Amino acid sequence: MDTATLIARESFVERGARERVAGLLDAGTMRELLDPFERLRSPWLAEQDIVTQADDGVVIARGAIAGTAVVCCAVEPAFQGGAIGEVGGAKIAGALELALEDAEAGRPVVPVLLLETGGVRLQEANCGLAAIAEIHAAIAALRAHVPVVGVVAGPVGCFGGMSIAAGLCSQLIATREARLGLNGPQVIEQEAGVDEFDSRDRPMIWSLTGGEQRRATGLVDTLCADDAQAIAAEVAAAVAAGPEDPARVADVDAALARLARIDGDRRAEAEWVRDAFQTPTDDGSDS
Amino acid sequence: MQTLSLDYPAGAPAARRALAGVVGSGDLEVLLEPGADGRSTVEINTSVDGVNEIWTAVVDRIFADAAQPAVALEINDFGATPAVVRLRIAQAMEQAAGADTGAH
Repeated sequence: MDTATLIARESFVERGARERVAGLLDAGTMRELLDPFERLRSPWLAEQDIVTQADDGVVIARGAIAGTAVVCCAVEPAFQGGAIGEVGGAKIAGALELALEDAEAGRPVVPVLLLETGGVRLQEANCGLAAIAEIHAAIAALRAHVPVVGVVAGPVGCFGGMSIAAGLCSQLIATREARLGLNGPQVIEQEAGVDEFDSRDRPMIWSLTGGEQRRATGLVDTLCADDAQAIAAEVAAAVAAGPEDPARVADVDAALARLARIDGDRRAEAEWVRDAFQTPTDDGSDS
Repeated sequence: MQTLSLDYPAGAPAARRALAGVVGSGDLEVLLEPGADGRSTVEINTSVDGVNEIWTAVVDRIFADAAQPAVALEINDFGATPAVVRLRIAQAMEQAAGADTGAH
């Protein structure tokens, strides 16, 4: 890429959640639900002496992408590391449940989830976890009717229960900078020891949980540069693709076979994890 | 966390509401709504304790012009410096006045 192209490129990651959503939607179609002026904020953070954000760090907006009705749910990574609390989680779950009602009534609305989150907000514990479980159930139900599109773009990544939400999406888009994992590096190091996972070794962390590796192991469908236009084009293509049939996550046998090929005694390295995640085909070659 | 309420004489109510910033490290969120005629109010929630004098001095200066539109501001602060405070409030004021700053 030449310098002029690089300078002209507009970053998706540097935008806030609301601006990201505005950039994905057709001009003039964005209608925010439960906007910040509704002041639906966390009741738990203030009790713990933590400043709240008026939208609890979650932007919900209806609109259209290339004419198709969508509902965007975007997590603001700068507020509390994108952690999901009771209110923000309920906003996403509620939006997805409404989309499910619409889909069942023959008015499909495609959900687009912008997931930049460390997972559940620890200060809200079970209230956030309950909301995340509702999000999972709604995504699983929606997939029969519409594609559920996920994007993980920034270095905050997508972790904890929300990484399961990302995995449940029918189409997941990520950048090289993004990370996807159930547990973050420090949690793994604390639980398994520094020999297993050194949370200060950034190249190793990205080699195992970064967007490129997750694409190579099939956990991410599309790898995209941090370019607002390119990401918008990938989201538009995923929205237009129609529901996934059969759902990738429904193939439990393939997942179990993959697990059986993994040697748990061996320290994970990017290369052999990629090999283990390949699906062997009948002719003996890797697909 | 500390809270602080300030009010100032002002002109006619602002034309529309506006939003600027995020409750992230070194930043703040400004929610601007049209105020009552002739009076601007500022409600501040800040993560930093013991800086009420600085906040008062910074906001006093911003609202020194009593001819400005009347606004009701809510500020949720996560350790913004006075320069960032001024920029975010100015950004919200410009949006409320209808000027297109290109920023959101």
